[in-house]
Amino acid sequence: MYLLLVFFPLIGSCVAGLFGRYLGFYGASLITTSCLFLSLLISIFAFYEVALTGCFVYIKLSTWISSEVLNVDWGFMFDSLTVLMCCVVTFISSLVHLYSTEYMSHDPHLPRFMSYLSLFTFFMLILVTADNFLQMFVGWEGVGLCSYLLINFWFIRIQANKAAIKAMIINRIGDFSLLIGILLIFVYYKAIDYATVASLTPFLQSFKVTFLNMEFDLLVLIGVFLFLGAVGKSAQLGLHTWLPDAMEGPTPVSALIHAATMVTAGVFLLARSSFIYEYANVVLCFITILGSLTAFCASTIGLLQNDLKRVIAYSTCSQLGYMVFACGLSNYSAGVFHLSNHAFFKALLFLSAGSIIHAVNDEQDMRKMGGLKKLIPFSYVMVVIGSLALIGFPYLTGFYSKDLILELSYGKYSYFGYFSYYLGTLGAFFTAFYSTRLLCLTFLSIPAGHRTVIGFAKDQLNNITIVLGILAIPSIFIGFYSKDLIVGLGTDFFKTSIYTPLNNVNSFDAEFVVWFYKSLPVNLSILGVISAFFLYTYFFRFLFLLKTSFLGKKIYNFFNRKWFFDKIYNELFGQFFFKFGYSVSYKFVDRGIFEILGPTGLTMFFSKIASNIHKMQSGYLYHFTFSILISITSLLVIRKMWLLFNYSIDYKIFILFFIGFFFLINLKENK
Amino acid sequence: MVFVNLNYFLKITTLLFSIGIMGLVLNRKNILIAIMSIELLLLSVNLNFIIFSVYLDDVVGQLFVLFVLTIAATESGIGLAILTSFYKLRNSIEFKLIKINNLKI
Repeated sequence: MYLLLVFFPLIGSCVAGLFGRYLGFYGASLITTSCLFLSLLISIFAFYEVALTGCFVYIKLSTWISSEVLNVDWGFMFDSLTVLMCCVVTFISSLVHLYSTEYMSHDPHLPRFMSYLSLFTFFMLILVTADNFLQMFVGWEGVGLCSYLLINFWFIRIQANKAAIKAMIINRIGDFSLLIGILLIFVYYKAIDYATVASLTPFLQSFKVTFLNMEFDLLVLIGVFLFLGAVGKSAQLGLHTWLPDAMEGPTPVSALIHAATMVTAGVFLLARSSFIYEYANVVLCFITILGSLTAFCASTIGLLQNDLKRVIAYSTCSQLGYMVFACGLSNYSAGVFHLSNHAFFKALLFLSAGSIIHAVNDEQDMRKMGGLKKLIPFSYVMVVIGSLALIGFPYLTGFYSKDLILELSYGKYSYFGYFSYYLGTLGAFFTAFYSTRLLCLTFLSIPAGHRTVIGFAKDQLNNITIVLGILAIPSIFIGFYSKDLIVGLGTDFFKTSIYTPLNNVNSFDAEFVVWFYKSLPVNLSILGVISAFFLYTYFFRFLFLLKTSFLGKKIYNFFNRKWFFDKIYNELFGQFFFKFGYSVSYKFVDRGIFEILGPTGLTMFFSKIASNIHKMQSGYLYHFTFSILISITSLLVIRKMWLLFNYSIDYKIFILFFIGFFFLINLKENK
Repeated sequence: MVFVNLNYFLKITTLLFSIGIMGLVLNRKNILIAIMSIELLLLSVNLNFIIFSVYLDDVVGQLFVLFVLTIAATESGIGLAILTSFYKLRNSIEFKLIKINNLKI
C-alpha cells in the first residue's frame, strides 16, 4: 500500500500519457485526478500510521546497484518527515490536478498536461520517500526534468522555451554540486543510504580531506556541496533567477512547482541531511546567511513587480529563504513546518491568481486590472485569505510558522541569529507591503483594464472555485492545528528523522524572547499592510511623483529589474561563456588546433610535401642525373662527417639539417 | 712501380671520373656528349681497376677490366643505336626533347 502511494501517480501519468488519445480529455483528467486522490488518501493513512502511531515503514523493493562496496537499493523509507511531505505533495498535487481539468479544459493537449503533472508528482514522491541519496537524486533530476516539460508546456512560445531551458540549466548547476556531495559521501562513507551515513557521521566529525589541493573538513565539504544543490532547487540567492522566469508555464504548474513541490525539495534535503549539518557548524552559518539574504532580497524585488504571478513567485523565493535560514539555525522542524504551511497558502495564492488571470482574459499585468473586487468576489476573498496567511496575520496559518521562525532566530542569541532575524523581519514588512499592493492594484483601485475584458470577469462555480474553497480551509486552520504536533514544545513528532543535538536546540530560549522582539514581525507586517493600503488607495498621485522623481526612478528600476541579477548574469557569465564557447573552444580549439593537427592540416601538409617531391621530377634526364649526383655526394659527406667528427659533433645536428631541408623545399615553393 | 705514389694515379682517375660526371650532369644539349661522358666514366673505372690490380698484384682486377670493356662496348653500341633511332624520329639529338611528360600524376 505504501508503494501504491508512490506509484499511483506514475500509473495515472502513464495511462494519460500513452493512451490519452483514446481516453479523451475527460478520461485522462478523470484517471490522473482519481489516481492522485487515491494517493492522497493513502498518504493520509500513512501519516496516521507513521507519524501519529509512530511506526516507521521501510520497504526494500529490490537491489539497484550492487558492485563491490557500492550497494544501492530501491528502498522506500517512510518516517515522519517523509509522510508529512507526502501529505503536502499529494494534497496540493491532487487539488492542482482537479484545478487543471477546468483551467486547461480548452487546451488541445490536456492529456499530455495531466500526464506531466502526475509524472511530476511521482518524481517528487520518489524524492521524499527515498532511503538513500542516489534514489533521492533520481527524484531530484526527475523533478527538474518534469519542471522543464511543464514550463515548456506551450512549446511554441519562445519565452516558455527560454524559461524552461533556464530553469533546467540553473537547476543543473545545483544538481552537479549535489552529485559531487553524494560522491564525496560515497568515497568516505562507502555507503549512501541515510541510515548508514547518519550513524557514521559522528565518527567522521574532524576528518580532514584534501580537495582541490586544499585541506577541508569532510563534513563541511559535503555540507556545502549538498547545500549548493539545495540552493539551485530551492532558488536561494545566486541561483534564484530561474524561479520567476518559470512563470511562463501555465498557472497550475506554477502552483505545483513553485509553491508546494519542487522548490521545497531543497529544504527537504536540508532537513533530511540534518545529521551531517549538525556536525558542520560553519556550513550552518553559511546557510543562515544565504537564506536570510534570500528572504530579504526576494521580498524587496517583489515590492515593485508588475506581473501578478511574478510577485507571488518572489514571495515564494522569499519564504524559501525563511525556511532555509530556519534550517541553518538548526530549527529544521520549524523549516519543514513553514514548508508545509507555505505550500497551502502559496498554492491558494497561485491558483487564485490563475482564477483572476482566467477571469480577465489571460491578462497578467496588475496595472491593467483593478476594481475586480465586486466582479470576482470569491477570488478576492481567496486572495485575501492567502495574502493574510502569507503576511503572517495573527491566527492564520502563516503566523504560526513564520513568526515562529523569526522568534527562534532571535532566540538563538548569536550573531547569525540576529542577522537573520533583522533581515527576516524587514522581509516580513516588505512581504506585507507587496501582498497588499497586489490586492490594491488588482481588486481595490479604479479599474484600469479594457471595458470588454473587465465587463466579462466573473466567478463561476466550477472546479476552480471548488479547489480554491478547499485550499482556503487549510490556509486558515492548518497552522493552528498542526503547530503543537510538529513544532510544539517538546514534541517528538520527527523522532529520529531529524537530528538536532541538544546544544543546538533553542526552542525553549525562544519562548522567553523579549516581548518587543516577539511582536515586532507582526507589528511590522500590520504596518506594512496599512501603509501599502493607504498609499495605493489614497496617495496614488504621491506614489506616481515618487516614482517619476530622479532617485525614485533609479530605485524603481533597481527593484523592478530584480537587483540587475539577470543583467549581471547575462553580461558577465552568459555573454562571456557564449563568447568563450564560440571563439575559443569552437573556433580556436575545435576548428583551429584540432583541425590543423588533425584531418585538414595533415592533408594540406602531405599534399604540399607530395607536390614538392613531385616537382623534383622535372622529366629532364640531366635533372635526374643531377639528383643522383647530389644524393650520392650528400650521403658520402654525411658518412665522412660522421667518421671525422664522430666525437666532437653531436648527431642531433643532423636533425637540424633535416629540418632545414624541409624549409628549403618550402622556400622553393614560395618563390 | 710499387714505390711510385699510388695517390698520383688515383687522383688522375678521380679527376677523369668527376669530369665524366660533370659532363653527364652539366650537358643539356647533346645526347652524344652524354654517351661519351659515360664512356669516360667507364674508362676511368677501368683505369682504377688496373691500377689497383697492379698495386695489389692481383689478376682479378684486370679480369674485371675485360668484362667492363665488353659491357662498355655493348652499352655504347646500344646507346648509339637509340641515338640514331631517336634522330630518325625527331630529326635532332637534343636532350630537351626527351622530357618524360607521361609521368603526370
